[in-house]
Amino acid sequence: MNIKSLIKKMRSPSSATLGSLLVAGFVAGIIFWGGFNTAMEATNQEAFCIGCHEMKDNVYQEYKDTVHYSNRTGVRATCPDCHVPKPWIHKMVRKIQASNELLHKALGTIDTPEKFEEKRLQLAQNVWRSMEKTDSRECRNCHDYESMDFVEQQRRAVTSHSIGLEEGKTCINCHKGIAHSLPALYEVDPSAVVGSAGH
Amino acid sequence: MKYSILAGLVLVGSSIFTSTITLAEEVKSLRGSTDIEAASNAVEIKKNINDKGPITRDYVQQPPLIPHKIKGYKINLKFNKCLTCHSWANYQKSGATKVSLTHFSGRDGEALSNVSPRRYFCTQCHVPQADVKPLVENSFKSVPTIK
Repeated sequence: MNIKSLIKKMRSPSSATLGSLLVAGFVAGIIFWGGFNTAMEATNQEAFCIGCHEMKDNVYQEYKDTVHYSNRTGVRATCPDCHVPKPWIHKMVRKIQASNELLHKALGTIDTPEKFEEKRLQLAQNVWRSMEKTDSRECRNCHDYESMDFVEQQRRAVTSHSIGLEEGKTCINCHKGIAHSLPALYEVDPSAVVGSAGH
Repeated sequence: MKYSILAGLVLVGSSIFTSTITLAEEVKSLRGSTDIEAASNAVEIKKNINDKGPITRDYVQQPPLIPHKIKGYKINLKFNKCLTCHSWANYQKSGATKVSLTHFSGRDGEALSNVSPRRYFCTQCHVPQADVKPLVENSFKSVPTIK
């Protein structure tokens, strides 16, 4: 068979060839897509998140003291429940952004408690900012105004939630530092930290 | 006569002895009557009162009581969770009681612009409450001028 006839044959493949191509493509598609999503899910496990000591020794320890880790009903929110969006496209964007975190892991930017504390305000503000931008989307995966019964809430909660709802506030505006320690508040709210402004 | 005095002494002595025994039986340690070798029964954990209005003071100098739960509220060098609602900058927005002016002076009475470090650790004086029966009877009555 010379080259000319081979090209001719490829230009008009038999239906059997077309069919097997289609099947092979379909199967490969399932394998790759499934494999991709499985790998993606693997990076969405708490064990993966606390694989680096920056997380494990700092924020993870603080989280273990909070209601999102242990509570009366036994429902637990793990790292990705709050920090990775559920909608696919936003999830991909967040995963790509996470490569920056890998870079700083390699650089050792926050690899000691001192370095971590130094950066805590900035890191916290990054999370606060992104949650404000998305109207606390990840919080609302579980805590939705629509399914919140104010009658069942405590006095303090009813008052604050009513005002928040009226003013169009988002969860993170008030609920800061609920799963991790707050940063030093000198710059954020000097009235809630020891010492006079400018410490 | 002699015999009756002796009998009286014996009677008094024995009654003292028995009363000492009953007294010893009445005294219970915090472990209750659990044998020293056995594991003691866990004490029931008291629940804090959550979310009431301000609790009336019982005497003028009493630090006001905390009428809500404070579980997980941290007070450290970096932040004071209580002050995120009770500070002068935040109390109006949060609807909380504001920190008393007395907390804004140093140990020599000098005026400060923020809560004094010696008044910073709220829970040294202010405590949450649990609605429980007092362990011992108490006939304390608060002064009528503040009730």
